[in-house]
Amino acid sequence: MIYDVIIIGGGVIGCCIARTLSKFDLNIALLEKEADIASGTTKANSGVVHAGFATPREYLKRDMCITGNKMYSQAVEELNFSFQRIGSFVVALEDNQIKKLEEQRRHGAQDGVPGLEVILDKEKIKYMEPNITDDVVGVLHAPTAGIVSPYGMTYALAENAAMNGVKFFRNQKVRRIQHQNYTFTIKTGKKEFKTNNVINAAGMYGAKISKMVGLDYFSIMPRKGEYILFDRNAMHLNKILFPTPTKVSKGILVCPTVSGNTFVGPNAQNISDKKDIATTAAGLKEILEGGMKLVPNLPVRASIRNFAGLRAVPDTYDFIIDNTDVYGFINVVGILSPGLTSCYAISARVVDFLELLGVNTKVKEDYNPIRPKPEMFKDFSKKELDDKIKEDAAWGRIICRCETIPEKEILNAIHSPVGANTLDGIKFRCRPGMGRCQGGFCRPRLIEILSRELNIPYEEVVKTGEDTNFLVAKTKEIALHKIGGDIEE
Amino acid sequence: MKKYKADVVIIGAGAGGLAAAIEVKKENLEVLIIERDKELGGITLQCIHNGFGLKEFEEELTGPEYAQRFINQVIDLKIPYLLDSMVIEITKEKLVYAVNNSDGLIEVNAKAIILAMGCREKTRGAINIPGFRPTGIYTAGQAQRFVNIEGYLPGNSYVILGSGDIGMIMARRLTWEGCKVKAVVEIQPYVSGLLRNQVQCLEDYEIPLITSYTVTKIHGKDRIKGVTISKVDRNFDRIIGSDKFIECDTLLLSVGLIPENELTLQAGAELSENGGPIVDENLETTIEGIFACGNVLQVHDLVDMVTVEAKRAGKNAVEYINSRYSKELKKKEIIKCIPGDNVNYVKPDVINKRDISKEINFTFRVKYPDRRILIQFKDENNNIIYKRKKIYVIPSEMIELNINLEDANINPDCKSITIEVIPRPEVLIEED
Repeated sequence: MIYDVIIIGGGVIGCCIARTLSKFDLNIALLEKEADIASGTTKANSGVVHAGFATPREYLKRDMCITGNKMYSQAVEELNFSFQRIGSFVVALEDNQIKKLEEQRRHGAQDGVPGLEVILDKEKIKYMEPNITDDVVGVLHAPTAGIVSPYGMTYALAENAAMNGVKFFRNQKVRRIQHQNYTFTIKTGKKEFKTNNVINAAGMYGAKISKMVGLDYFSIMPRKGEYILFDRNAMHLNKILFPTPTKVSKGILVCPTVSGNTFVGPNAQNISDKKDIATTAAGLKEILEGGMKLVPNLPVRASIRNFAGLRAVPDTYDFIIDNTDVYGFINVVGILSPGLTSCYAISARVVDFLELLGVNTKVKEDYNPIRPKPEMFKDFSKKELDDKIKEDAAWGRIICRCETIPEKEILNAIHSPVGANTLDGIKFRCRPGMGRCQGGFCRPRLIEILSRELNIPYEEVVKTGEDTNFLVAKTKEIALHKIGGDIEE
Repeated sequence: MKKYKADVVIIGAGAGGLAAAIEVKKENLEVLIIERDKELGGITLQCIHNGFGLKEFEEELTGPEYAQRFINQVIDLKIPYLLDSMVIEITKEKLVYAVNNSDGLIEVNAKAIILAMGCREKTRGAINIPGFRPTGIYTAGQAQRFVNIEGYLPGNSYVILGSGDIGMIMARRLTWEGCKVKAVVEIQPYVSGLLRNQVQCLEDYEIPLITSYTVTKIHGKDRIKGVTISKVDRNFDRIIGSDKFIECDTLLLSVGLIPENELTLQAGAELSENGGPIVDENLETTIEGIFACGNVLQVHDLVDMVTVEAKRAGKNAVEYINSRYSKELKKKEIIKCIPGDNVNYVKPDVINKRDISKEINFTFRVKYPDRRILIQFKDENNNIIYKRKKIYVIPSEMIELNINLEDANINPDCKSITIEVIPRPEVLIEED
């Protein structure tokens, strides 16, 4: 069979495009090289939906961001992911920074960012965000900025896309693309796919994929950012806090997550290794110091996890969204910040490109834009809970104690469209192991459940993919092997 | 919704919860145990090594054997219990809500509650080790569960960070399994677990113990491939040039335990600096009728000590129900117990003046080891209430003192007592 469109890359951009295209009467597939979608830059980023005033005016990404932000409202309604428009502050700590805030406000307002306001009344600032430093002299308030779970939204997008017929293929690393008679043949080493159109949303590896069809006009470099996440009980922020920006970055922010945690980060470090997501002692120190300038009482002792993510930084520093010279091959790469904000606007542009390429963009009759909200234990009233458990006993068996996640939510995560097939897949879909004990109690039970549901032995249950199995052998096996024995059943 | 009534609800069926339940039942009050796991016994069930019960039974038992003695009593006394049941809410009116998969939502109306939820292990995040986040990193207790309960080995070659008791016990356990334990690395200049474990688990098996070092980097992107360890100075900062690489496919963390007090907080009880609830001399929290005992209150050295504390909690809960104390009195007349020099925390956190004629059980830990010291209790005017010499103190050994403050001539208007462990001047003859 020949697909109409194949999307390479199962990050937020690839999945958003897949979902946007799923409304049309097309055969669509998405290929992801990792064991699960949302495994690359999507998994570890700030989860901020920017208002859009902060990007320089000459860039395409400014437009995409301002438009994309507005498109979130409808998306949330249809896809039921967690998103909160809590607003952001750009914080000025010195009088001379106010000028910069004023300029950003003026330009932002001209370009259609709603509600921007410079606030100089310290009392009002403190009222709006009590944790902010006493050194604040003013803030630029952007009420349309919000927070989202980047992977949570990606799962929602993928689920809805799959509901509407998009085929997801994971563990499919693209190795070669042949192009002949307007048909692309994509080889992954495991499978071969044919398609008339390719959308390259391969993130960090976007340049590599582009080169496979002979398009070598940009490069993508990783830039690492480190984060520290704090316990939910330790601090509650009302606002996203940015420092006044410098030329190189938006700076280290202090920000709440949709789950109620607080994080600090990211720093910005140009690196060469596209897999280097190691945190460093110096980096963690840097972000703590940076964060403390905005929030001096950061709950340092309540940190529960540190992690790093990469940004796919193109040499143009702007998004590369091109209907390329290779007919039917669309590049959607170099999507660094504010890429998460822009994804819906980017997808709309891809639709325009496909129309130009003569792809039929008639909305199919049975298109269902609604991805139902996943049922969650914590959302139920006591009465509902009681009924739910009567209906299905798996609601009454709590697996993750820190986050109060019952077995039913885990089973739903495994058996949803594009469901979890790794422990991290479960963790990122429904949070077991994300709490204070970081999986200390629930991991053995999760391994048991995944082993049972996927019908694989314990030793083959993995964290993220190949070579990330948790257990290596049954007890006595290693000792017996050493003395040349064997286990007798 | 299934409704139960009980005089005392016990949350947690580990060593603490079981002992407390038995104590209450013996006084002919109705008790209900709620346990989140599938069996009674708590974490002792995975502690298959011996060394339990020396104080309580004057016998050397394994963890499951120790637990079984209490489980048998629970069964003999026909104490009801709910398994696989997770408490999700405790109200100030002492309504306890739990869920399980057979009853659905459960509501228990209690006169008193004993919190016995135990503790959990500190994780990598809590100690902020930089580097990749590959598989192969476990807390020692999690590895213990995998090996002893599930019957699986998490790796072949190990480095263990932290010389806590579970870490040292797992070093020996894994060596028996034919695995290689390359080193136990401890950031402090001394071992943080019990001396007997250092000797029986490490020295007897020639497992290297490296003190004043910590893991500063984790290698490996998918599976852990090794760790860099570095010597640290007195402030635990890495000493440049001291890095060593150790190859391993598993890193176990035994870096400390934290009382598990989410429910306590949710119920509205206040916590103290050690992570456990604030309690008075009766082990009653800041919410009347809610008591705490065992590792949820403070992490103990030995399970036998948990049992003793839990029995006290059980007795006190019974006494509370039989003769409600006057709230009025309790609010006004208290003495605060404050940790002073080289004291990490003190239990109880407060003492009710009505009880100063009784013998009060004080437990506390020092922050760092010291020799030739004086334990001193002072009031807020620096009057010394009590003092005692000791040859040495170490953080891994809890200090327990039973003191009658009235006999010690405490000033009746005293508002607080500070407990300190201070060096004492050279004397010719040691008295203790």
